[in-house]
Amino acid sequence: MLPMLFAFPVLGLAIMLQTAIVSRINLLAGGADLMLLILTAWALQERVTTAWHWAALAGFLTASISGLPWFVPVIGYLLVVAGARLLQRRIWQAPLLAMFAVTFAGTLAMHVLSLIVLRLSGVPLPLEDSFTLITLPSVLLNLILAVPVHTLIRDLAEWLHPVSVEV
Amino acid sequence: MRPSFPRSLQTTIILLVAIGLVALALGGYFGILSDWFGRSVVSAQTWISSRYVAVVDFLAVPRDVASLRQRNAELEAEVAQLQRQVIELQQQVTETEMLSALLDFARANPEYTYKGAAVIGRDPSPFLRYIIINQGSNAGIRRGMPVVTHQGLVGRVDAVISEAARIQLITDPASAINVRLKNSETEAILVGSITGDLSLDMISQDVTVEIGDVVLTSGLGGNYPPNIVVGQVVSVRKRAYELFQQAAIQPVVDFSRLEIVLVITNFRPVDIAPLITTPVP
Repeated sequence: MLPMLFAFPVLGLAIMLQTAIVSRINLLAGGADLMLLILTAWALQERVTTAWHWAALAGFLTASISGLPWFVPVIGYLLVVAGARLLQRRIWQAPLLAMFAVTFAGTLAMHVLSLIVLRLSGVPLPLEDSFTLITLPSVLLNLILAVPVHTLIRDLAEWLHPVSVEV
Repeated sequence: MRPSFPRSLQTTIILLVAIGLVALALGGYFGILSDWFGRSVVSAQTWISSRYVAVVDFLAVPRDVASLRQRNAELEAEVAQLQRQVIELQQQVTETEMLSALLDFARANPEYTYKGAAVIGRDPSPFLRYIIINQGSNAGIRRGMPVVTHQGLVGRVDAVISEAARIQLITDPASAINVRLKNSETEAILVGSITGDLSLDMISQDVTVEIGDVVLTSGLGGNYPPNIVVGQVVSVRKRAYELFQQAAIQPVVDFSRLEIVLVITNFRPVDIAPLITTPVP
């Protein structure tokens, strides 16, 4: 229950930081996605059981602010968590490697989903420019931020899910 | 027993000796002796004085260091406070200049009523170019209202909640605005892009577009009021085999540094959708 309650302040703060600061820091036309990084890091923690709840909340929070159709961030973040949980079971010995892999794949998935939906809704987005000017720089920024976010979220997860020691 | 010399004679002899010594001294006969005596006295005086000062310093310095440290800390705190004040004042000056410019714009365009708002965020998606402002429906802001700065057109209100609103910038890839070129008096469509660059499309081939032409809103379509400055033509692309020529536009507004905007609250966009006939299958 406590980890779920913690989602509100953590993700609320994250969306504020995202819109106020992170979205202003651009590389070409791309930008980092703090929500995606937090969700990825959270879902990769072994003892965390509320990753899906966090993903849904993050999706709705982002949808309430962004001009994207509401289902894009919701589905996108759920996909990211699905990928992270899948990978967490396979390469749990190398959490940073998993973090990088999910960040890379998750950013691509989010962008492909956004691109498809926006193009279907009539926004003229050239594919090549979108990839080179938005997606690739966004992937790079996300990978740069992945390590500090993973460290912070790991500490949070360890604090919320302490290891029980049997004496 | 009587003294061998009378008292007066003793006094006289002493006086004579004294006068003689003084006379010898004034005459320079005691120079070596007086120099030695003077050096000795001065040396002794210097030694005593220096020892006294050393003792006083030894007793007084620790108190001074403590008080100096305290004073230094006070001054450092004062400097930090003054630096904070300077930064705050600089921010206030910048804000005042910006507000003054906005006020000038509002005075120069009295036909509209404005609501000032601060930019508090940007859209999380890099595919979209939206900003978020800190005024919403409680301040009378409604969907579709145009947003400007003292420099020119910024965009229009896309979504509103009670205390905030989302603005679609004119640089958004989905934005298309009817504009006119001031010098050539021709109309075109201004479109945004994913890079934030603006371009003019649908310019007739027989129109001469000059670099530096000013681009204004035309008011066609009813989405924006007319004659708001948008930017200037920086390059023209004219190809004989294309139906229309295109032009790249330099916006007058610096979208990367938007801080305060004005929402034109007495302009309501016209919904012309019912007037557009759809073909019956």
